[in-house]
Amino acid sequence: MPTLFDIFFYLFAATIVVSAVLVCFSHNIVHAAFSLLFTFMAVAGVYVLLGADFLAVSQILIYVGGILVLLVFGVMLTNRVTNIDIRAAVRARIPAFVLCSGLLTVLILLLTTGHWISYKDQPWTNTPWNKNAVEQALAPDQGTEQEKHDKSGSHGTAPEIGKLMLTDYLLPFELVSVVLLVALLGAASIARQDPVPAKQEGGA
Amino acid sequence: MSLFPVGLYHFLILAAVLFVLGLFTMLTRKNAIAVLMGIELILNAANINFVAFTRYGGVNLGGQMTAIFVIVMAACEAAVALAIVLNLYRRSQTVSVVDANKLRD
Repeated sequence: MPTLFDIFFYLFAATIVVSAVLVCFSHNIVHAAFSLLFTFMAVAGVYVLLGADFLAVSQILIYVGGILVLLVFGVMLTNRVTNIDIRAAVRARIPAFVLCSGLLTVLILLLTTGHWISYKDQPWTNTPWNKNAVEQALAPDQGTEQEKHDKSGSHGTAPEIGKLMLTDYLLPFELVSVVLLVALLGAASIARQDPVPAKQEGGA
Repeated sequence: MSLFPVGLYHFLILAAVLFVLGLFTMLTRKNAIAVLMGIELILNAANINFVAFTRYGGVNLGGQMTAIFVIVMAACEAAVALAIVLNLYRRSQTVSVVDANKLRD
């Protein structure tokens, strides 16, 4: 008997697969960009199902609000080519199709025949669909408000991620911030309208 | 291996399908921006795996942290790649990866 969790999983999975297929096969790049919106949204839904609330919000903010807007921006700025068929020639598509279907077969065989040890749910993945969390939240328990709040399992992953970001993951966090700055400057410098001539750079 | 209840396998298979679709997009598109879309699909597939292992794999929030860093790197990559594509379009009036075959003017 499928639970609500299962139904939502298959809903999001179907959205992801259908919209990714549209990204893959649509003739018009604008349609592909809009299908990508649904893929990103459904992936955010899958993150919610997996108890990753902070990541789901980040996905919507960064992917849908940032990367997808950039992509659509790129499509619009190069709009002289939007009406041209963007697919490669048939002779180029056949090897790609063979490679991809072979890879998919191998991956699915590997995943279904392999033995994956599935651990018990982590405490921060207590979603509303998790019975224990609901029971804990409804149970009248003693203790301070803070303890009740901690026990309810409804505070999400953000506090944990915040702690980890400034303790165990401090170095990657700082490195990523530097990379982000460099990428921003690099993108601005590459996309600049008038490239600086070489002799001016040498003179300075 | 059954359809219900949904467990680790289902998320991994979903990620595998998304990865393969992204790879196919990358391989068969001529438009550089469409190739970039394929890369985004692949990164999303990897992220689904990371988050699924956080939930079922007993790796305390490590998977989610990695997924956050992957998202940030994807944003960097999209910004730089689109700057390159716009520059290519301005110089040679094309965004086709087949026609972009010059190393200099």
